[in-house]
Amino acid sequence: MAAEPESLVGRMGSAAGVLAVFAAVGVGLVAFTEDATRDRIEANERAFLLRTLHDVLPPARYDNDVFNDTIQVSDLELLGSEDPVTVYRAFRGNRPAAVILTPVAPNGYSGPIRLLVGIDVDGRITGVRATSHRETPGLGDAIDSGRSDWILGFEGRSLGNPDLGAWAVKRDGGAFDQFTGATVTPRAVVKAVRNALVYFAAHRDALFADGAARGPDRQ
Amino acid sequence: MNNLRQIAIEGLWKNNPGLVQLLGLCPLLAVTTSTINGLGLGIATTAVLTGSNLIVSLIRGVVRPEIRIPAYVMVIAALVTAVELAMNAWFHELYRVLGIFIPLIVTNCMIIGRAEAFASRNRPLLAVADGVMMGAGFTAVLVILGSVRELVGQGTLLSGAQMMFGGSADLTIRFSEGGFLLALLPPGAFICLGLMVALKNVIDRRLSSRAPASAPEGQPAGHPA
Repeated sequence: MAAEPESLVGRMGSAAGVLAVFAAVGVGLVAFTEDATRDRIEANERAFLLRTLHDVLPPARYDNDVFNDTIQVSDLELLGSEDPVTVYRAFRGNRPAAVILTPVAPNGYSGPIRLLVGIDVDGRITGVRATSHRETPGLGDAIDSGRSDWILGFEGRSLGNPDLGAWAVKRDGGAFDQFTGATVTPRAVVKAVRNALVYFAAHRDALFADGAARGPDRQ
Repeated sequence: MNNLRQIAIEGLWKNNPGLVQLLGLCPLLAVTTSTINGLGLGIATTAVLTGSNLIVSLIRGVVRPEIRIPAYVMVIAALVTAVELAMNAWFHELYRVLGIFIPLIVTNCMIIGRAEAFASRNRPLLAVADGVMMGAGFTAVLVILGSVRELVGQGTLLSGAQMMFGGSADLTIRFSEGGFLLALLPPGAFICLGLMVALKNVIDRRLSSRAPASAPEGQPAGHPA
């Protein structure tokens, strides 16, 4: 502060000037950081998704670029979301190998639970993971593979294993464990996985359709 | 040197932001469901606090009093956004867990509080020391609170450590299957924090009654200035 301006307007002007400089420097700092981290963040997001995709569908089972071979489908009742959900399609030697559905279990204990459900071409589950949820820490969050092995129990299951009627938690007379103190969460997940299987059974050919027809140069 | 010592004692114990000033309670209570969550948010907060203290101290001659608050807010907001982006880039997993509480560091009144009460009146070196020490005090409370709640509520310690230190090594120490759930829920956070504040007051009282002669200065233990 060199010469102290006398008039009120002058003081206001210099104050505004100082603030403007701060705003500009702040914006500059944020823009610089954004620029420096953008690629890394994108790579992180991609790596995270790929890793989760690999969890539900081992990469040995397909040879196409699953990450980019996607279609959007929509089925409020079976896939739990009004918005279209993504289907990742896996092929091996240009023959359909598996899909990864991304259904939503709309009736979790605290809001929707987003899932990845890998289903091979014969309708057997290759893996299930929860990608986002807000279930109670210590109770419902046992659906996370990092917290418990519960969600691994879907591997190898299909619509006939167990029978459709037994696709429920044990408290409801089904074949799947609930958690101590938390039934709502596993109930929602079991139902969503079952519905994903039903959806796959009904739409299998359509899900793989145009991809298989695109020929060997398909990327 | 004496000054720095004083700053360390203030930040870590006598004027601890978590236990005495009770600032930043929202993130303090919300994210401390595990040791690692607490540590992660503590480090992020310390980084922002140190940076904002430094900048506020550097500009303390330029900013006239009427506009100091908006100026501080802009400094803090820019720093938090930068830290958020950096965490997203380099500690992606942890970033996913802490989620909304990283941008919410901006609303932690501890940061603007230290800018106003300390950094705007002191040399940059002291301001940085204050930021580091206040941040460390806050982090310590977050880590202890997170550890207690994780241990009581879940029966583990250090779960999710690989999110912070990378690699696939799982450092989780498991003491029991499951635990006393209350500790993980919001009321448990208040109860644990209350117990920690009480414990600090007990210790302070013991210390002052044992050595009344050597510690005459200062206010009664546990009461914010």
